Amino acid sequence: MKFDTPALDNPIDRTRVIGRPTDRIDGPAKVTGTAPYAYERNDVAPNAAYGWIVGTGISTGRIVRIHTKEAEAARGVLAVVTYENAGKLAKAKAHTARMLAGPDVQHYDQAVALVVAETFEQARAAAKLVRVEYAPNKGRFDLAAEKENAIKKDSQVGPADTATGDFPAAFARAAVTVDATYSTPDQSQSMMEPHATIAAWNGDELSLWTSNQMIAWAVRDTAETLLIAPEKIHVSSPYIGGGFGAKLWVRADAIMAALGARAAKRPVKVALSRPQIPNNTTHRPATIQRVRIGAGKDGRIDAIAHESWSGDLPDGDIETAAFQTRLLYGGANRMTAHRLATLHLGEGNAMRAPGEAVGHLALEVAMDELAEKLGIDPVQLRILNDIQHDPEKGPERPFSSRKLVECLTVGAERFGWAKRNPKPGQVRDGDWLVGMGVASAFRNSPTQDSAARVGVDAKGLITVETDMTDIGTGSYTIIAQTAAELMGVPIERITVKLGDSKAPVSSGSGGQWGANSSTSGVYAACMKLRGELAKKAGFNVNEAVFEDGQIRAGGRNISLGEAAGPDGLTVEDKIEFGDMQKKFAQASFGAHFVEVGVNAVTGETRVRRMSGVFAAGRILNPKAARSQVIGAMTMGVGAALMEELVVDKRFGYFVNHDLAEYHIPVHADIPNQEVHFLEELDDKSSPMKAKGVGELGICGAGAAVANAIYNATGVRLRDYPLTLDKVLEGLPSIV
Amino acid sequence: MPDEPAPSPTGGPPDDPLFFCDPTTRRVFLTRAAGASAAVTLGHGLFSGPDAQAAVQAEAGGGEAGGEEEVTLLINGRQTKLRLDPRVTLLDAMREHLQLTGSKKGCDHGQCGACTVLVEGRRINSCLSLAVMHDGDKITTIEGLGTPAAMHPMQAAFVKHDGFQCGYCTPGQICSAVGMLAEIKAGIPSHVSADLLGEMSASEEEIRERMSGNLCRCAAYSNIIAAVREVSGDKTGGEA
Ligand code: FES
Ligand code: FES
Repeated sequence: MKFDTPALDNPIDRTRVIGRPTDRIDGPAKVTGTAPYAYERNDVAPNAAYGWIVGTGISTGRIVRIHTKEAEAARGVLAVVTYENAGKLAKAKAHTARMLAGPDVQHYDQAVALVVAETFEQARAAAKLVRVEYAPNKGRFDLAAEKENAIKKDSQVGPADTATGDFPAAFARAAVTVDATYSTPDQSQSMMEPHATIAAWNGDELSLWTSNQMIAWAVRDTAETLLIAPEKIHVSSPYIGGGFGAKLWVRADAIMAALGARAAKRPVKVALSRPQIPNNTTHRPATIQRVRIGAGKDGRIDAIAHESWSGDLPDGDIETAAFQTRLLYGGANRMTAHRLATLHLGEGNAMRAPGEAVGHLALEVAMDELAEKLGIDPVQLRILNDIQHDPEKGPERPFSSRKLVECLTVGAERFGWAKRNPKPGQVRDGDWLVGMGVASAFRNSPTQDSAARVGVDAKGLITVETDMTDIGTGSYTIIAQTAAELMGVPIERITVKLGDSKAPVSSGSGGQWGANSSTSGVYAACMKLRGELAKKAGFNVNEAVFEDGQIRAGGRNISLGEAAGPDGLTVEDKIEFGDMQKKFAQASFGAHFVEVGVNAVTGETRVRRMSGVFAAGRILNPKAARSQVIGAMTMGVGAALMEELVVDKRFGYFVNHDLAEYHIPVHADIPNQEVHFLEELDDKSSPMKAKGVGELGICGAGAAVANAIYNATGVRLRDYPLTLDKVLEGLPSIV
Repeated sequence: MPDEPAPSPTGGPPDDPLFFCDPTTRRVFLTRAAGASAAVTLGHGLFSGPDAQAAVQAEAGGGEAGGEEEVTLLINGRQTKLRLDPRVTLLDAMREHLQLTGSKKGCDHGQCGACTVLVEGRRINSCLSLAVMHDGDKITTIEGLGTPAAMHPMQAAFVKHDGFQCGYCTPGQICSAVGMLAEIKAGIPSHVSADLLGEMSASEEEIRERMSGNLCRCAAYSNIIAAVREVSGDKTGGEA
């Protein structure tokens, strides 16, 4: 099914099942511990041996020698795999660094060996006997120091630079200006389930039971790395303990498990240990961002510029931190630019809302600074600069739907924004300085082609198969809701099978495109199934109504099972998105409101209240969508207050590489969060009329915290995370 | 293993608030572990110099004799006798030797709480405890609380309030919540309790404090609080 014109009224609009806050259909399995995650697939590989990855001890250089004799002789050891005996390997195009080091080393904790043994304990202990001699190189690890050497490089998702009008001239003549530089640190996705894979060979065919967001990419990249045909690879990933971008690509666990299984001639299971994850896998790269905004006294922006510097390994990609600035506010004269420095830290890559998550931490604080200079309420300033079309391309490219202004006004009302004292440092509650902050939320809402197979059996039971993944997003449930709505059956009659490469290729889970795209694929397949069932039953498909397990038309009705016949009926189809994304700017919007208390004595910040209003097209399941948003808001609090991978600039690695030292928000850090969705249907986005919501919630959440800290204390911080030591430096002047 | 059975580190009297700082706990661990393997208590990061290699090798050999230890665990009402490498944690004994994979491994270092189980009614991080230390202990895991067809009230409340997303921290959150409510009932105070000796309430503030050892990167925190509050039946002390 092609989607290249706006959606008309369609059976999804009945909203008997879709749009309801349905409990997750995978919930009972997850809360009882019966949902099997990758490392737990004893059902498919009961005799798996255990693999333990040895990581490199230098960040860049060369391996001189690997001593594996002692490890090989240790009790229970079946094989030790290194580049010397792994056979020929290649780097998949999607990977920046190779999954196995040797002879050159590309980053710290890159896999250098896999020790396979009968038991986990034996493999782990023998891994310590692997000794590696290195010839280290001098690497570059300091973004600030390398900023001047950074080069212009386009991203895979868009050009590095854009410009419209004459920014320098407009900025020079602006009545009020802000020119501020912000920095954000490297961050770790830190999903709770470490990367894990069980690999098994059957002749030249490879099966990977793994934890992966993008099944088709996993097949492609494994094939490219191992130099085998993609048809020979089977990937299964039905339950995924979180990803947040870290599991968009196969990582060393999968590749090393495959190599280990080949060497040991039996299935091998490998999980990355928690301390390996930040350096071995991917992380969100640090940025330095300069934002300049020039406005008239009336608050209207005439000039806006956003520049970002980030680093990555050679051949890496930019962090697209200025992308939201291309679309969020009006202003005739504008420019954005991204520069990439070479850094020999691990691979920089996607983490929830790549680009926008950190971009908002700069832009939305700059807006707060501008509001203060203008003496205009920050909510009003954002409303004033709303624009209903792509400000770079002009009115020819309107937004498909955009309710930023409503999000701000409704949010301000619900939160009690009117009570905010615009003068900072005025509100006190005992030892606590109290402040409020606001920020807009913007996240592009891309779509990806997505296919599904839908079948109905003689009993009228429906099975949906697609290689879509559920990483906690609720895919199982919204796909079941979609099929139930379209086929006119209760959700209990739907079985959803996900995450298997034998199923049709879906959008996968990434870039907040999953929900809208994958349900659209299921929509396409269900519409085709409806057509074929109607035809088989001799109905005119345009008149046929699918309801209560029946097909009705012309005064006649027949059950789905009967229409399907004794052998059932299965069809496959795909949603193919045309150029609607080109014609219309597509994004979801929101507004964050935060109240913080900052301890006047210690400088500690505690979030007291969080409230957000969001517009993201049709909300397919308000319960699951709300969970996505509160999760993302929490990650925004983490970014604002605590998350930072600390770089050892001498040896080139992230020092705090576990959950004790890389701090993420815990229960005690997060107050009740209020989430409100505006009614919105976006007929240009898909037949589902939905937009992305999974990443929207992180965009702006941290900036709202930063702005609240300023309102509480008068201390303006621009170097994230905003830890108490930084707050304290500014505090004495006002307390 | 020493002959005379040392008191279980988790077997303290449940109504003794000082239980958690029982000085015997550490001693018991060391005694038992020493019987099991000379090097087992030492992280490899501690080693340096020529001794390092010898010690690491001792560990790689699986203890002096490389032998296994017998241990009897009473998990979810079922008694199981196992012969285990003494380095096997309680978590791995369940996950890798008994196919009880409901308890999750998020860090293996006591940092995340995904492996939380109830031992003699107390919640512990099962990754931080060796299986051989639990001979004869009564252990309840997520599988022992309920099944998809007959969920424990806490499990049902997590589904109802969407107290999870990816589900990986969830068994630990649920076991922890069940154990935590029992602690409140037993009058064990927390860092935020106003009165150390008075009656404890399952207020939002108390739950947040007491559940903070259970990380959830999906951050279902607000929903988990709602689920736990519902099960606790406690209506006092809303938002702090
Ligand atoms: S796995 Fe035990 S605390 Fe993380
Ligand atoms: S539900 Fe994913 S970590 Fe808690």
